Amino acid sequence: MVETGHFALVLAFALSLVQALVPLFGARINSQKMMAVGGPVAVTGFALTSLSFAALATAYATSDFSVANVWDNSHSLQPLIYKITGTWGNHEGSMLLWVLILTFFGALVAAFGSNLPAPLRANVLAVQGAIGATFLLFILATSNPFARLNPAPIEGRDLNPILQDLGLAIHPPLLYLGYVGFSICFSFSVAALIEGRIDASWARWVRPWTLVAWMFLTGGIAMGSYWAYYELGWGGFWFWDPVENASFMPWLAGTALLHSAIVMEKRSALKIWTLLLAILTFSLSLLGTFLVRSGVLTSVHAFATDPTRGVFILCILTLFIGGSLALFAFRASRLTAGGLFHPISREGALVLNNLFLTTATATVLIGTLYPLVVEAVSADKISVGAPFFNLTFGPLMVPLLVAVPFGPLLAWKRGDIFAVAQRLMAAFAAALLAVLVTALFIDGASVFAALGVGLAFWLICGALTDIAVKSGLGSVAPGIMLRRCAGLPRSVFGTALAHLGLGLTTLGIVGTLCFGTEKILSMHAGETVQLSGHTLRFEGLYPAQGPNYSEDRGRFALLGADGSTTSVITSSKRSYPVRQMTTTESGIKTIGFSQLYLSLGDEATDGSVVVRLWWKPLVTLIWGGGLVMMAGAAMSLMDRRLRVGAPSRRRKSTGAVPSASLP
Amino acid sequence: MTRKQKRLSVIAGGLAFLGAATGLTFYALGQKASYFYMPADLTIASLQPGQRIRLGGLVEKGTIERGQGTTVAFSVTDNQKQVKVTYTGILPDLFREEQGVITEGTFRPDGVFVADSVLAKHDENYMPKEVADGLKSKGVWQESKSD
Repeated sequence: MVETGHFALVLAFALSLVQALVPLFGARINSQKMMAVGGPVAVTGFALTSLSFAALATAYATSDFSVANVWDNSHSLQPLIYKITGTWGNHEGSMLLWVLILTFFGALVAAFGSNLPAPLRANVLAVQGAIGATFLLFILATSNPFARLNPAPIEGRDLNPILQDLGLAIHPPLLYLGYVGFSICFSFSVAALIEGRIDASWARWVRPWTLVAWMFLTGGIAMGSYWAYYELGWGGFWFWDPVENASFMPWLAGTALLHSAIVMEKRSALKIWTLLLAILTFSLSLLGTFLVRSGVLTSVHAFATDPTRGVFILCILTLFIGGSLALFAFRASRLTAGGLFHPISREGALVLNNLFLTTATATVLIGTLYPLVVEAVSADKISVGAPFFNLTFGPLMVPLLVAVPFGPLLAWKRGDIFAVAQRLMAAFAAALLAVLVTALFIDGASVFAALGVGLAFWLICGALTDIAVKSGLGSVAPGIMLRRCAGLPRSVFGTALAHLGLGLTTLGIVGTLCFGTEKILSMHAGETVQLSGHTLRFEGLYPAQGPNYSEDRGRFALLGADGSTTSVITSSKRSYPVRQMTTTESGIKTIGFSQLYLSLGDEATDGSVVVRLWWKPLVTLIWGGGLVMMAGAAMSLMDRRLRVGAPSRRRKSTGAVPSASLP
Repeated sequence: MTRKQKRLSVIAGGLAFLGAATGLTFYALGQKASYFYMPADLTIASLQPGQRIRLGGLVEKGTIERGQGTTVAFSVTDNQKQVKVTYTGILPDLFREEQGVITEGTFRPDGVFVADSVLAKHDENYMPKEVADGLKSKGVWQESKSD
């Protein structure tokens, strides 16, 4: 089975070469037959990669330690779920998952792209095939997950205990679906450059893929953030770790792309910019892969530090980023610029959004790469952490967030900012009220915190205002309004939901950062501690045995007003004998949207235990907001206009925007 | 305004914005980036009082003292020089004697390094990269391959 997997992977590599070359050549000489090769080959390549992945997963599930990769990252006593998720909890397996998702998206284009013009489809599949070929070669040449061990060891070396968590089942697949999903936008862009033509229908094909990738990336980042929050036991939700930044940069660029694609689709403007953004977004995904997989950075995610791998990925990076940008430089002048618009208009607002988001992406990029550059040119080693990002990224985000509610309410082409401001009066009043209530009634609230809460309410109420205004609140009877509301395009709800989610996330961040409290103390069994109105009693440490670890469980009783126990929170120190590693399992109690978070430290000689406690107000909104954003993307995807094969689509498109291609 | 003026003002606005962002970025890099030192580097390096740095090395054997409550003191060494470090909080799970650590914080006037964060290696094969490189350059580190 394992050799079958390896063989399937080699076949998939060969097929991806065919996919990269034949349709491309077919499109050049206008051969229908050769162009048609792309589809079936892409689907077969996906099937073979799946087979290969399944072979590895089976080896993991059955604990086949004759496979070096399984031996290195699994143990027979692990629960089955962690055996399976361990498949991608290592360098080789995660690269295989990466390629699996890449070929999956290629197959999706093949399956749903029947309404694409044949040359465009052929070129898209060819570019997708080329990416697949290089990464498959990378796996086969430097990171073969199927290498055997002889003689086969009896027992494995266990999966890194930090990864033995349900988070590993969800976070990497979601993140990769997002990361790699942008490859489609990249392929569409490069295909458009190869063809030298781009029109509004191009944006209509690219936008749903952007939405899909963005939706998964949002979920992946939110999930990763929550995982780090509860697993690492530091109580933080974002560390500005280089690897986090690696996923955050494509998200920022992807968000910009999402918005500029709207302008391109609706108004046929910003074409060249949109195309460039699509290239940049996937380039940032590739850069992220390089940063994470090459081991140039110190991080939780750096599984392996093999220099040949780093060099190989750097070559891939240069090939695709350099190649696509060079192609852009040569061909972009052949694409026509789009329609004009007034600075105060929906387009103008979306351009503003793009300006802020790309600048923010650039600051994150600089902060992430600066230490590498400094180390390369001088021997100094520096680290750029949260203080840098708070100082640069923060000031960039605030004006953008203030502007968000205006955008969807502005008219296309030429908007009236005063009319929009009038419509937003209610939202502004609500935000002002939130600021006043926070400043006056919450103890210890700084001006900054109050304004933060106000900003969050501004976003939330602004999103609701958008729906209310578009359903005609105040100008028509409630019955008509409801009917109008139901008749609004889904994408309007999608926008409002995504902006609402952004507001919720902002509220969560402000709540946690400004109103959270923290205590570190050493406790004896029976002692109680007060934290932000909650009383906790330490009950003591109790040893327990897990399948592949032993642990000391610290039990804490959350006491009610009358002193009775309302619930029990457990935080434990786990020790995994195989890797001789200790991990801390934090104890979390969710109360409303807020959480009590506690984490166990070392035991002192006098029998007391160091305990760190946090009260994190509204913290769950940070990730809840991410879920709402995902729901917004899903809602937009269901829009009739974007649905694949929606009958009315082509009719609408020809009416609105003339094709802008050059001969 | 004519169309040309309008376009120019938009471009000027965009450039001013980008300029401000660039300025902010470089200011922040100058202020907020923290440099990494090994104990032996510190004698030659001139630190401004209160400057944040990252101090890395090995936790010296037999120097971990748990004070009252949650304060811990230990020495970080590169086998040439030692620096005494105090830290209040929970040490990472993998904090042990003779293991690589990176601490971040500032020096007190009496020469004790007050760390506000302590990072230890993530698993048994892993040594913070800066520490490994630093130890290698000082000839302390031996390449050990465990697989």
